[in-house]
Amino acid sequence: MASVPAVLQSEWTKVRTVSSTVWTLVSALVVTVAMSAGISALMKATFDELSELEQATFDPTFVSFSGMILGQLAMVVFGVLVVGTEYSSGMIRTSLAAVPQRATFLFSKMAVATALALAVGMVTSFLAFFAGQALLGEHRTTLGADNVLRAVIGGGLYMGLIALFSMGVATMLRSSILSLGILVPFFFLVSQILISVPKAKTVAQYFPDQAGSKIMQVVPDALGSDVAPYGPWGGLGIMCAWVAAALLGGYLVLKKRDA
Amino acid sequence: MIEAVGLTKRYGAKTAVYNLSFQVRPGLVTGFLGPNGAGKSTTMRMILGLDQPSGGHVTIGGRPFKQLPNAPRQVGALLDAKAVHGGRSARNHLLSLAQLSGIPARRVDEVLGVVGLQEVAKKRSKGFSLGMGQRLGIAAALLGDPQVLLFDEPVNGLDPEGILWVRNLMKQLAAEGRTVFVSSHLMSEMALTADHLIVIGRGQLLSDMSVKDFISANSADFARVRTPQTEAEQREKLSAALTEAGGQVMPEPDGALRVTGLPLPRISDLAHEADVRLWELSPHQASLEEAYMRMTQGAVDYRSTADQKAGLMQQPPMGAMGPVPGHGQQIPEVPQQGFYAPPPPQPGQHPDAQGTPAPPAAAPGGPAPAAPPAGPTTSEDAR
Repeated sequence: MASVPAVLQSEWTKVRTVSSTVWTLVSALVVTVAMSAGISALMKATFDELSELEQATFDPTFVSFSGMILGQLAMVVFGVLVVGTEYSSGMIRTSLAAVPQRATFLFSKMAVATALALAVGMVTSFLAFFAGQALLGEHRTTLGADNVLRAVIGGGLYMGLIALFSMGVATMLRSSILSLGILVPFFFLVSQILISVPKAKTVAQYFPDQAGSKIMQVVPDALGSDVAPYGPWGGLGIMCAWVAAALLGGYLVLKKRDA
Repeated sequence: MIEAVGLTKRYGAKTAVYNLSFQVRPGLVTGFLGPNGAGKSTTMRMILGLDQPSGGHVTIGGRPFKQLPNAPRQVGALLDAKAVHGGRSARNHLLSLAQLSGIPARRVDEVLGVVGLQEVAKKRSKGFSLGMGQRLGIAAALLGDPQVLLFDEPVNGLDPEGILWVRNLMKQLAAEGRTVFVSSHLMSEMALTADHLIVIGRGQLLSDMSVKDFISANSADFARVRTPQTEAEQREKLSAALTEAGGQVMPEPDGALRVTGLPLPRISDLAHEADVRLWELSPHQASLEEAYMRMTQGAVDYRSTADQKAGLMQQPPMGAMGPVPGHGQQIPEVPQQGFYAPPPPQPGQHPDAQGTPAPPAAAPGGPAPAAPPAGPTTSEDAR
C-alpha cells in the first residue's frame, strides 16, 4: 500500500519537474496582473465616461481582477496538463502499476497540483489587487475596507478552484486535447457570451466561472451587472459544487475504466 | 510466482483473452509468446491490475496485485517504453517512482548505472531513442528490487549489444531466484533467453512447457529422400519398405519423401535392399521459428497479403476462421515445411499435463500424429 505522504511526495516531484508547470503558472500570474493593471489604468482614464449607474456601483477591487478572464485560461491549461499528460504519455499505466489504489493516486495528484495552483492564485490575486489600486488613483480602495480582503482571498481561491475543476474534467475525458478543446472555449467564449444574452443569462449565471467570480466583487452587482440570486459565498459554493461534480466524475471514470 | 486462472478479457464483442490459465514460477525466465494482438499485453495489464478481467483471476504470490502491500517493492514492470512524460528527465522520472515506495534517491542513480543511462540521466526523455526508452523502462522495473518482474517486449528497438545485455539481465534476475515474465513475438529471442515458454494465440493458451520440451516436441528432425522422378513405382516401393521398417513417410509436393523415425543409414540400407536408387538423402531440421509459426499460424490476427499493386488490396484471410487448406505454403521461405510437422500441443489442456516431455522426435512413433496437417488443427483450436 503506497502511503499517502509517499504519493504526495512523488506527485510533487512530477509536477515540479516538467516545464509546463512553470510556464502555465507564470503566464497565469503575468497575464492576470498585466491585464488587470491595464484595465485599471483604462478605467481611471475613462471614469468620467462611465454611466451614472456604473459610477455608482464602481468596484475598484473587482476592476483590479479584470485580467482573470484571460489569466484563468492558463490555470485551465495547467490543470488539464497535470492530469492529461499522464494519459497522453502513457505514464498513467506506470503510475497506476505503482499505486494500485486509484483514489489515493488521483486525489494525491490533485491535492498537490491544487495546492500549487492555489498558492500561485493567491499571489496573483494580491499582486493584481495592489497593481490595480496603484493605477486607479483616486478611485482606489484598500485591503482594510469592508469585504475587500474577502474578495482578494476569494480571487486566489477562484484560481485554485478553476485549476481543480479542469483536473476533474481532464480525468473524465482522459485527454489533454479534448479537455482543452472544451474548457478553453467554454470559459473564454461560451460563458462570456451567454452571460451577456438576456435570456441565457439566467442559466449562465450558474456556470462555475460566473458564479465563482462573484466572490471577487465588493460592491454587489458591481458596474451595473445584473442582480444575482446568490451572494459572494453562495456563488463560490455553486462553483465548489461544480468542482465536486467534476472530481466525482473523474474518480468514477478512473475507478471503472481500464487504464 | 504469478498464477492466472481462467483469465478472460472482453472488450465489447471482441474477446482479447479467453480462459487463460498458467503459472509463472520463480527462478526461471518464462517467455510469453504470441503474434501481435494475441493478448500478451492485455494479460500483462491484468496481472498488474490495470485492466479488470472479465472473468477468472490472476494473483502474484497468492494475492491480487491491488492487495499487495507496497506493490512496487514486490513487482516491477516494463509495459511500454514510451510511457514516460517526455518533458521530464530520466532521473526525475525514476525519482518520482522511487518516492512512491520509499526507495531512496541513491537507488535511482544505481539503476541508472545498471541500465547504462548515467550520461543522459539529466536529459529529457523526449529525445530518447526507443532503445534508450527501453533501458529507462527496465530501470523503472528494477527500481524496487522486486521479486517479480514483468517485461513487455523489452528487446524492441535495442541494438544487438542491448539485446545481449537484456538477455543476460533476465537470466541473472532469474538465477537470483526471481520470477521473470518476458513477452515477445520473437521465438528466436525467447529460445535463447527463456527457460519456460507460454505461447498464446488469439488470447488462448497454445502451449505451456519448458523450452527444452518445446524444442524436442516441435523441431522434428527428418530426412528428405528423393527417388528418380521418372520411376514412380520405385517411390512407392521405397515408401512401403520404409513404412514397414517403422518410419513415417509423407510425400512432398515436388515428389520427394519426408521420412521421420528412421536414421539416415537405415534409410539407405532399406533402399538398397528394396533395390531403389536414391537421388537425394539429406538430413533436415525444422527450426523453432517454424514450429512457432506453425503453432500460431491460425491465430495470427494481422496477416499481410500479397501486394497486387493494381487497384485495391485483397481482403485479408479471416485469420483462424476455419481451416485454410495447405496454408503452410503461404510462407514463401519455407514452402514445404509447414505441412507435415508434429501438431502443436492441444490448447485447453491442464497446465500440469503439459509439462510432460514429448517423446524425442527422432524416435519411432514419436511424431506419428503429425499425419494431418498441423495448420488446420491449430486453426480449429484457436477458435
